[in-house]
Amino acid sequence: MRKTFVIALFVFVLTLCAHAQEGVLAHQADSVMAAVGHGRLDSMQYIQNVIIYGRRPYEDVIPAQELTGKQLEGLNSHSVADAVRYFAGVQLKDYGGVGGLKTVDIRSMGTNHMGVFYDGIQIGNAQNGQVDLGKFSLDNIEAISLYNGQRSNIFQSAKDYGSAGTIYLRTRRPKFKDGKRDNLNVSFKTGSFGLVNPSVRWEHKLSRSVSLSFNSEFTYATGKYRFRYMRHYSDGSLAWDTTAVRQNGDVRSYRLEGGVFGVMTSGKWHAKAYFYDSNKGIPGAIVNNVWKHAQRQWDSNFFLQGAYQRKFTDRYEMMFNAKYSRDYLHYLNPDTTLMYIDNKFWQDEIYLSTANKYTILTDWDVNLSVDYQWNSLDATLTGFGYPIRHTVLTALATAWTWRGFKAQGSLLYTMVNDRSSARFDGQVVGKRSAYQNKVTPAVFLSWQPWSAREFNLRAYYKRIFRLPTFNDLYYTDMGNITLNPEYATQYNVGFLYRLLTDEGLLAGVKLSADAYYNYITDKIIAVPKGTGQYRWMMMNVGIVKIRGIDVSARTTLRLPAEMILDINLSYTYQKAQDYTNPADNEDGGTYKGQLAYIPWHSGSVVGHLGWRELDVNYSFIYVGERYHTSANTRENHEQPWYTHDLSAGYLFHLGKTTLKVSAEVNNLFNQYYDVILNYPMPGRNYKLIIKFDL
Amino acid sequence: MKRILYAIVPLLLLAGCREEVTIFLPEHVSVAQPEFTDIEGFYLLCEGNMGWNKATLDYYDYAYGEYVRNIFSYANPTVPKEMGDVGNDIGIYGSNLYCVINCSNKVDVLDKYTCAKKHQINIPNCRFIRFYGGYAYVTSYAGPVQINPNYEQRGYVAKIDTVTMQIVDTCLVGFQPDELEIVEGKIYVANSGGYMVPNYENTVSVIDLATFKEERRIPIAINLSWVKGDRHGMLWIASRGDYYTRPSKIYAYDTRKQQLVDSLDCRVSNMWLDGDSIYVVSTEWSYVSMSNAFSYAIINTQTREKVCDNFITDGTDKEIVIPYSVAVNPITKDIYVTDAKDYVSPGRLYCFDRYGRKKWDVRTGDIPAHFAFLGNNINER
Repeated sequence: MRKTFVIALFVFVLTLCAHAQEGVLAHQADSVMAAVGHGRLDSMQYIQNVIIYGRRPYEDVIPAQELTGKQLEGLNSHSVADAVRYFAGVQLKDYGGVGGLKTVDIRSMGTNHMGVFYDGIQIGNAQNGQVDLGKFSLDNIEAISLYNGQRSNIFQSAKDYGSAGTIYLRTRRPKFKDGKRDNLNVSFKTGSFGLVNPSVRWEHKLSRSVSLSFNSEFTYATGKYRFRYMRHYSDGSLAWDTTAVRQNGDVRSYRLEGGVFGVMTSGKWHAKAYFYDSNKGIPGAIVNNVWKHAQRQWDSNFFLQGAYQRKFTDRYEMMFNAKYSRDYLHYLNPDTTLMYIDNKFWQDEIYLSTANKYTILTDWDVNLSVDYQWNSLDATLTGFGYPIRHTVLTALATAWTWRGFKAQGSLLYTMVNDRSSARFDGQVVGKRSAYQNKVTPAVFLSWQPWSAREFNLRAYYKRIFRLPTFNDLYYTDMGNITLNPEYATQYNVGFLYRLLTDEGLLAGVKLSADAYYNYITDKIIAVPKGTGQYRWMMMNVGIVKIRGIDVSARTTLRLPAEMILDINLSYTYQKAQDYTNPADNEDGGTYKGQLAYIPWHSGSVVGHLGWRELDVNYSFIYVGERYHTSANTRENHEQPWYTHDLSAGYLFHLGKTTLKVSAEVNNLFNQYYDVILNYPMPGRNYKLIIKFDL
Repeated sequence: MKRILYAIVPLLLLAGCREEVTIFLPEHVSVAQPEFTDIEGFYLLCEGNMGWNKATLDYYDYAYGEYVRNIFSYANPTVPKEMGDVGNDIGIYGSNLYCVINCSNKVDVLDKYTCAKKHQINIPNCRFIRFYGGYAYVTSYAGPVQINPNYEQRGYVAKIDTVTMQIVDTCLVGFQPDELEIVEGKIYVANSGGYMVPNYENTVSVIDLATFKEERRIPIAINLSWVKGDRHGMLWIASRGDYYTRPSKIYAYDTRKQQLVDSLDCRVSNMWLDGDSIYVVSTEWSYVSMSNAFSYAIINTQTREKVCDNFITDGTDKEIVIPYSVAVNPITKDIYVTDAKDYVSPGRLYCFDRYGRKKWDVRTGDIPAHFAFLGNNINER
C-alpha cells in the first residue's frame, strides 16, 4: 500500500513538472505480471502468455528489458526506434519525420556496438554498421527485448555473443483460437504528415504442426510538418521567432513478409522471406537561408532466413540458422548548386550458424556455436576497392546453476579476413588481404540470496569489439585500410526485485537498478587530415569512459471497478566522457567533456489504464540537457526536451469480428525541439488507427 | 524501493525543464596589453562544420587588448538562425564588412564597426570575395548546368554594385572557382575542379575588369585554391595537389610577362601576403606515417625563395593540432595562426610577435579561418 502511494506520488509530481497532465499508464507486462495483472484474460492473451513463453524454461542470468503485446501497442510508436526509447540506457538519434534516419546507442558505446536481431538472426550492415530502426514498423512485431552485454542464455548463435548490447525484434508467430484455421487482420492508420498506412496480415493453419503467415504494409507520408525556432533576449523578450514547414521529408515504402512455422516433437523450425522497398526525400539540416533540400534516397532490403531447433536427447540440443540478404542503396543529390552525387551500393550477405548445447550435469550446460558469414559491397564510386569479408565466429560457453547462484561464462573467437582490390582506371592493380584474430570473454553472474523472495543480485563483465565497417576501411578518400577493431569493455553490477501478489490493490512490482562502467578504446573516429577543407581520415584514436546508472520500475495495480493500471518508469544517468585528447583540456576543450548528444539525465514514464474494452495509454519521455560535441561550451549546448503522448482505444465486438479504433495525440504540449542539431522534430501530431480482426 | 523512487523524483526535477534559448552575448576575453596603431582590430570568421549552422564572427580589439567571441547574434538579434552555415571569406570595403557564407548561399553585408546587417546578397555556393572600383566580385561554384554524360558545371564570378548591393553582371569561369585576385585591370580566378575528382581543373581564369569577360585560361597546376597578387604584378598561386601522389605547391605567375616563372616546393594549406613576404601554413597528410606533417614557412617574393621553414620559434607549434589559417598585422608584423583542431570543437587563435614568440592565445569559434583587419591606411583586402 505504501509502495503504491509512493508510485502514485511519483507520477503526480512528474506530471506537475510536465504541466498538469492526467497520468494514465500502460499495460505493462512481463508474462507473469500480465497474467496476474489482467483480471480478464481472454484466450489470445492466455496463449500469448502461456503457450509461447511456455513455463519460463531457462531464465537468462540477467533478464532483458522487454516490451510486448499491449504495452508495445500502447506506445503510440510507428517504428521500432520510437519504442526502444522507453528502455533505460538507450539514446535515440532521430533526424525527424516518418522517413528520417533513426539509430540507437546503448549506454553511450556508439551505434556500431549494438546488434539488432530479427527473429533470431542479426540484421547486418557491413557498409556503415548502422541499422536504421526507423525502417522497421511495429506492425508485425510482437516483442522487443534489449540486453546489455549479451543475452545471457548460452544456447544461441555465436553472433549473439558478438555485440556490446543487443536488441531482439520478434515478429508475430501465428496462433489460432480453438477451431480456427485462418486469422485475417486488416489495419489502417492515418493522421498527421499526410500519413496513409494500410496493412494486412493473414495467418493460415496448414496442419497441427505447420502454419503460414503473410504480412504486407504500405506507408506513404508527405512528411510535411510545422516546426519552429526562436530565440529570446536575456530579459525574456522575443528576439526572433520563425515557423516553417519541413520539406522533402516524403516517404513511400512497402514491406512484404511471409513465413512458414513448424513445430515437431521437442523442436521447432521456421523460414521467412522479407522484402522492403522505400523511396524517400532526405529533409536535411535547417540552416540560415536554406529551408529546403533536394537529396533523395532509395533503399531495398531483401532477405531469406530460416531456423531449425531440436532437442535430440535429454542432454543434447541443436540449433541451425541460415540467411541470405541483399541490400541496395541509392543516394542522389540533384541540387545543381552543390556537388552532383549519384551513388549506388549493393551489399550481399550469406550467414550460416549452428549452436550445440550439451547438458553435462543437471545444473551444468556447455554450448559450442560456430557461425560463418560472407559479406560483399559493390559501389559506383571511382577507385572503389570492392571489399569482401569472411567471418568465422566460434563461441564456447558454459552455464552453471547452484541453489540461488547462476553463472555463465563465454569465450568468443573471431576470425576475419577482409579482401579488397586497388583499382586504377577500372583495372585491378593490386590486391589486399588482411586477417584479424581475436578472443573476447564475457562473464555473467546472478545470485538470489533468499529463495522465497525474488530478489537477485547480478553482475557482468564483457569485453568485445566492433570491426571497422567497409566505409571506415574503404570509403574513397577517408577510408583507412589499416584500421583495427574498436574495443568496448563493460562492467555492470545491479539487482532485480520482483513481487507478485494474488489479491489486493498491488498486483505486482518489478524494480531493477544497475550501475556500470564502460571503457571504449581504439574508438574509430574521423580525424582531420592534410590540406583542404573537410578532409578526414578514420583513425583508431578515441578513448571514452562511461559511468552510468539505469533504473527501471514497473508496477501493476488492481483498481476498483475492473480497472487495471500499469506503470513503467525508467531513468538513466550517464557520465560519458571523451578521454581522447589529454592536451585539449583548456577552456572549451574536449578532454573529459560529455560525449556528443549524451544527456546526463534521461527517463520515461509509460502508463496504461485498462477498463473492460477500453485502453488508455500515456507516455512521457525526458531527455535532459546535452551538448552536440564533447567540447561542452555554451554554443554547443542543447536544451532538454520532453514529450507527452496520449492515446485511447476501444475494442468493439461485431459477431466473430473485432474492431479496434484508437486515436493518438503525440507531443501533446506541442514542444518544438531538435534531437540532432538543425533537424527539427514535429510538434503536436495525431493518428487514427482502425484494426479489424477476422 | 521507496528510497529509489524518492531519489528518482528529485533527480528528474533537478535535471530540469526547458528554458528559453537566449541569443548569444559576446564573450570578452582580455588577452594582451592595449596597443594603439592605425589598425583598430581584426575580424576573424569561423567557418563551422557543414550542416551545423555555426559560422561565427569574432573580433580582436587592439585598443583594449580584448578578444571578443561570437559577436554576430548580439549585433543582429533579430536575424533567424544567426549567421549561417560555413563562413568562407570576409573582406572590408568602404564602410562595410562582407561575409561570404558558403552553405547559406549568401553574402552578408554588415556595418564594419557595429556589425549590424545591412544587406544580404544571395549567391548559391559562394566562395571568395574581392573589391575594386565600387564593385565586389564573388566566386561561385554554381554556374548553369550542362546536361552531358560527364555532368560538368562551370562556376562564375558575380559582380556586385556596392552602392545598390545588386548583382549587375556574372561571368562564367572554370570549374569550382575558389580565390580570386585583382591585379592591374584583370581579375585572376583560381579554378579548383574540386567536384570533379580525380579530373581536377588546372587553370586560372583571366577576366578583363572593363568588359567583365573571361579572356583566357592559363594552365598552372591541378586543384588551385589561393591566389595572391604582390605589388610587382606577380601572382602567387597555391595548388592543393591531388592529396595522394601530387603534393600541394606554390606557383609564381608574372602577370606583366604573362608567364609562369617559378614553382616552389612548399606545402600549403593557407597563405597570407604581407609586403614582400608570404606566410604559409600547411598540414600535409602522409599515407606512410598515417599522420599529418606541419610547416610554417615564409617566402620572400623578391628572391622567390623560402627563407624560413618554421616561423614559430618558441616551440608553440607543438600545441597546434591543425594549423588552418595565417594572417599578419601589416604594421606591427605580429603573426596570427589559427588551429582548427578536430573541425567540430572550438578552435584556437595564436598570436606571435614578428620573431615567432607566442604573445597570447585564445579560444575562438569552430574552424577559425578568415581574417580582415580594420583600420585606416591599411590595404583593405
